[in-house]
Amino acid sequence: MMRDRISDETIEYVAILAKLELSREEKEKILREMEKMLDYFSKLKEVDTSMIEPMSHLFDLSNVFREDQIEKQKKGEEILKNAPQVKDRMIHVPGTIEE
Amino acid sequence: MGLLNLTAVQLSAKIKAKEVAVIEALDAALEQIEKLERHIHAYVTIDWEGARRGAEEVQEKINKGELKGLLAGVPIGVKDNICTENLLTTCSSKMLKNFLPPYSAQAVENLKKEGAVIIGKTNMDEFAMGSTTETSAFGVTKNPWNEEHVPGGSSGGSAAAVAAGQCFFALGSDTGGSIRQPASYCGIVGMKPTYGTVSRYGLIAYGSSLEQIGPLCKDVTDCAAVLEGITSYDKKDSTSVLRKDKDFIKDLKENIKGMKIGIPKDYFGKGLSEEVKEAVLGAAKELEKRGASLEEFDLKHVSYAIPAYYVLACAEASSNLGRFDGVKYGYRAEEFHGLHQMYKKTRSQGFGTEVKKRIMIGSFVLREAYYEAYYLKALKVRALIKEEFHKAFEKYDILLGPTTPVTAPKLGDSLLDPMNMYLGDIYTIAVNLAGLPGISLPCGKDKKGLPIGLQLIGDCFMDKKVLQAAYAYEEARGRFVPCIDEKLKSWHS
Repeated sequence: MMRDRISDETIEYVAILAKLELSREEKEKILREMEKMLDYFSKLKEVDTSMIEPMSHLFDLSNVFREDQIEKQKKGEEILKNAPQVKDRMIHVPGTIEE
Repeated sequence: MGLLNLTAVQLSAKIKAKEVAVIEALDAALEQIEKLERHIHAYVTIDWEGARRGAEEVQEKINKGELKGLLAGVPIGVKDNICTENLLTTCSSKMLKNFLPPYSAQAVENLKKEGAVIIGKTNMDEFAMGSTTETSAFGVTKNPWNEEHVPGGSSGGSAAAVAAGQCFFALGSDTGGSIRQPASYCGIVGMKPTYGTVSRYGLIAYGSSLEQIGPLCKDVTDCAAVLEGITSYDKKDSTSVLRKDKDFIKDLKENIKGMKIGIPKDYFGKGLSEEVKEAVLGAAKELEKRGASLEEFDLKHVSYAIPAYYVLACAEASSNLGRFDGVKYGYRAEEFHGLHQMYKKTRSQGFGTEVKKRIMIGSFVLREAYYEAYYLKALKVRALIKEEFHKAFEKYDILLGPTTPVTAPKLGDSLLDPMNMYLGDIYTIAVNLAGLPGISLPCGKDKKGLPIGLQLIGDCFMDKKVLQAAYAYEEARGRFVPCIDEKLKSWHS
């Protein structure tokens, strides 16, 4: 069977979706291993699933409703302690709108 | 070595009888850590002071008669992807190197209420992605039976710590075999409960529809006690199931006479080592002697479990790991221009290669035009596999097979050929796809002296039967001598 090739454009596009910036070396390694994996995934085509419903959950789930009550957890300081950058008790992030 | 030879339940009994103080038990484990960590490296973080404080608090409660449970006073390890309040939880990743969770996982809360004392956080494959604990950003864990070999993964630190007496039991997580496989490689007992049994609240998510927290222990009784301790319905986990039959200890010793055991032929095919096969079939014979019946049967779709699993696990990972963006917690790149570059640089510098690869595969299979060919297809195959197990359990109480095709590989070998490493998950992975309970317990050693694991699988919510069968085999087998007595001599000489 012909191995599915992944083009450079595809890998660039997928990296954008994944929000990753891969070095040349890393890109080559990942590309090589991804191709092997995708090749292996194509084994699934052998299975006739025409009459099968996809199973996204193991057990039948129903919505869980509860009262819309505020449960106060005084964790503000602990949460801020983990933030990479804090300013005036707020998490500091780079500008979201280009100037 | 005296105290370290006790199981968790035995230790707790002695503590409650005032024969042993909690601090003595903790010191025994800490001493073992001091002696062995440089050989094994099972822990990412050791909470020397917190553990001592914890031991004192627990002792006080035991003295007052407030703590009477089976695990009161027992020092434990917790896998580093399970949140512990104010104790570093890194997922063995640079991304979470400094992460101090503001809360504990529900399973951890439950164990604290039982009076367990947390020693520290155990090493793992980065974000639980791997089968050897070699993808950890903080160094490789070694197998205590032979330090040239891997302990398995991803809960390799938990398994090695238990096997080496560096704690009395540990928590792990199992997405595709990550508790059972390292338990098998390290000669201990590890169990993945039925999906929904243990709350996933506070477990840093990798493949949410597949994973469960579970125990890694010295024997089946400990395993039942820990599972009973961590099982709870939790409204904070939308997939949590209310289990009414959680008295796993009470029914543990039930007679297995008449138990029907199915042996899937497909679990004994190409790739299985002769030594593993012999040991596992020998274990089956022991169960037969105790009154169980054995029958072979076909489980043919199981060969599609690995590709289906990796499509789904990578897809879920690419979504779950989207939260690591350098904004609210974890690593943030130092230099960047603007928000988007901050995201990209943070993620590229914070994640290791295996994690990036799985995120890339997940993003690839979820792309608009390919979603149906890969993701939906895998969900359909998953349904088919679950159905096949369902049919098997109409005939059998328990399925029996090996946990892994071979014993622990040498360090370094697996990552040279990751595809081959993924194939090693063949016997454990289908259990996660179908949400079933599965246990691994030692059933022999190979010529190199490395442990071999027997896997027992039950139908959904039949965790009790799995434990009963495992207990019956353990009784028949007798004590499985831990590695560490001999090893200590060789390391000290």
